[in-house]
Amino acid sequence: MPEIAALHAPRSLLSRPGTVIGLLAIIALGLGVLFMTLGARGSWEFVLMFRGRKLLALILVGYAVAVSTVAFQTVTGNRILTPAIMGFDALFVLLRTILVFALGGFAVLTAGSQLMFALELAVMSGFAMLVYGTLFFGARRPLHLVMLVGIVLGVLFRSLTGLMVRLIDPNEFAMLQDMFYAGFNSVKPDLLGISALIMFVATLIAWPRLYAWDVLALGRDSAISLGIDHRRETIIVLLLVTVMISVSTALVGPVTFFGLLVANLAYLITPSYRHRHILPVAALIAVICLIGGQMVLERVFSFNTSLSIIIEFVGGITFIFLLLRGKAR
Amino acid sequence: MRKSVLLATALIAIIGLGIASLFIGVSDVSLSTLFSEDNDRRALLILLASRIPRTLALILAGSSMAIAGLLLQMLARNRFVEPSTVGTVESASLGLLTTLVLWPGAPVIVKMMIAAVFALAGTALFLKILSLVQWRDILIVPLVGLMLSGVIASATDFFAYRFELLQALSAWRTGDFSGVLRGRYEMLWLTLALAVATYVTADRFTVAGLGEGFATNLGLAYKRVVGLGLTIVALMTAIITVTVGTIPFLGLIVPNIVRLSFGDNMRAGLPHVALMGAGLVLLSDIAGRLIRFPYEIPIGTVMGVVGSIIFLYLLLRRSTTDA
Repeated sequence: MPEIAALHAPRSLLSRPGTVIGLLAIIALGLGVLFMTLGARGSWEFVLMFRGRKLLALILVGYAVAVSTVAFQTVTGNRILTPAIMGFDALFVLLRTILVFALGGFAVLTAGSQLMFALELAVMSGFAMLVYGTLFFGARRPLHLVMLVGIVLGVLFRSLTGLMVRLIDPNEFAMLQDMFYAGFNSVKPDLLGISALIMFVATLIAWPRLYAWDVLALGRDSAISLGIDHRRETIIVLLLVTVMISVSTALVGPVTFFGLLVANLAYLITPSYRHRHILPVAALIAVICLIGGQMVLERVFSFNTSLSIIIEFVGGITFIFLLLRGKAR
Repeated sequence: MRKSVLLATALIAIIGLGIASLFIGVSDVSLSTLFSEDNDRRALLILLASRIPRTLALILAGSSMAIAGLLLQMLARNRFVEPSTVGTVESASLGLLTTLVLWPGAPVIVKMMIAAVFALAGTALFLKILSLVQWRDILIVPLVGLMLSGVIASATDFFAYRFELLQALSAWRTGDFSGVLRGRYEMLWLTLALAVATYVTADRFTVAGLGEGFATNLGLAYKRVVGLGLTIVALMTAIITVTVGTIPFLGLIVPNIVRLSFGDNMRAGLPHVALMGAGLVLLSDIAGRLIRFPYEIPIGTVMGVVGSIIFLYLLLRRSTTDA
């Protein structure tokens, strides 16, 4: 059960959720404008088109990771598990590899990336429910066990991916390598439209449920006694999380610890425990981190490192810190 | 009596697997080609330069990795840890990377020593963090270890990315015996000496595994024994990482399976752990050679799949029996 009391910042202007969201929105907007215009040379039409795609991808990924992580943590009743730590994105990469292996690279290329993506989403939802549904609905297991099982599942999925990759015809693999190893620098433009659409639909489904999620955050037993259909809500959340993680992984590849960082930062600075406040704050923080990080990467390091490496480093340390402070109960 | 029969059976199985390993591969090596005169003794050359070294390397690396896992489990007093899940392997890779950047021409033995120093520091850091945990859930220890490995690995990635050494890094991270040739694996014999040293001092580690207070009470120089144990683990890990790369989960699953029938007495369990480690590695490597013949699948990949499945089984089995 979350420690609600600790969330309250000292009484000030920042104690109003609206102000916090407003401030973050202004920062995000400013960064967005800066990202589009900084150091731009040549044809504006090209610059705006090129960077606009990247910006849209960053926003989509930030939004997907933030919302899915907070929802996941609410429904599992802890602040340290995230879908990525539980191996969701590793599962997505594995399924994609298996599909390529089963259908053959040529078929996948001719089918078109959007159709493929839809197929992947369907398979992914089924598999995620199968694997994680059993983990969360079976016997009620202690959190540390669930966590460790999730991490090892992630390792298993990654190793299986490694095995499949070796079984794929080397020529076919070279043709498709590009598809597996996306990154923040090489966003797939052809998936942006369908991703945006999916995220929009997911938001429409999630929006009316935010109040129910507030009750879910009280813990399973309290939520049930307050009249929430816990099982149904959990399934809905897991499905939403699966879809969102798939979108983010398809766009930029797996980023293990980003959600953990963003969600915990959001709990820290949101002077409210309502999801309609926490979710926008988390999403805005995610977008700010991604745009800011990408700009630092491009301008300061001149692309000579990878954003995900830095996120892994900071995120891992945060995770150990949270574990040691006993937040994982 | 029953135990010695078991040990003998295991030994025979290892010899069988070892012989199988000698004759499996792309080049045709069999008794008939070995003794025929008309192919320039090519089969004999392959046997001596590649197959025998590879089989020996498998046995040495497998048994020592399993022993290192057992030893680390005693020292951390937790049965869900092993060198590749607490940051030892990752620290060794960081050490190798550092040598590669600062002193590219260093002899292998120097590289190994520097890797060992890094591995020692990484493992000590892990134990230090553990001592800060107030309440010790048995599962929080591997969690902290896995995360620490991740942090060290990403720091290594950062430098590897900057110096364009990611490819070298992946060679250390994925255990692979296909590159083992005569003259390139002999350092692994050092692990045999370390294994013997572990066996001789095994009783001390068993007592140290009872905890600092208890061990000190029994008259054990606890800190010194832990230091010795850590050094052995770090050296073994560094040697294996330098010569053949990481074999994930081996050190975790083998001692756990052996423990199911032998309990926590290290001296009694150690020979079984060593034999089973060698057997599992031989099996995985042979499987890796056969799955996609004539191509090879590195043992790191095979063990990643097999090891994580067995680890999951151990975790979930535990939750149904003693929860």
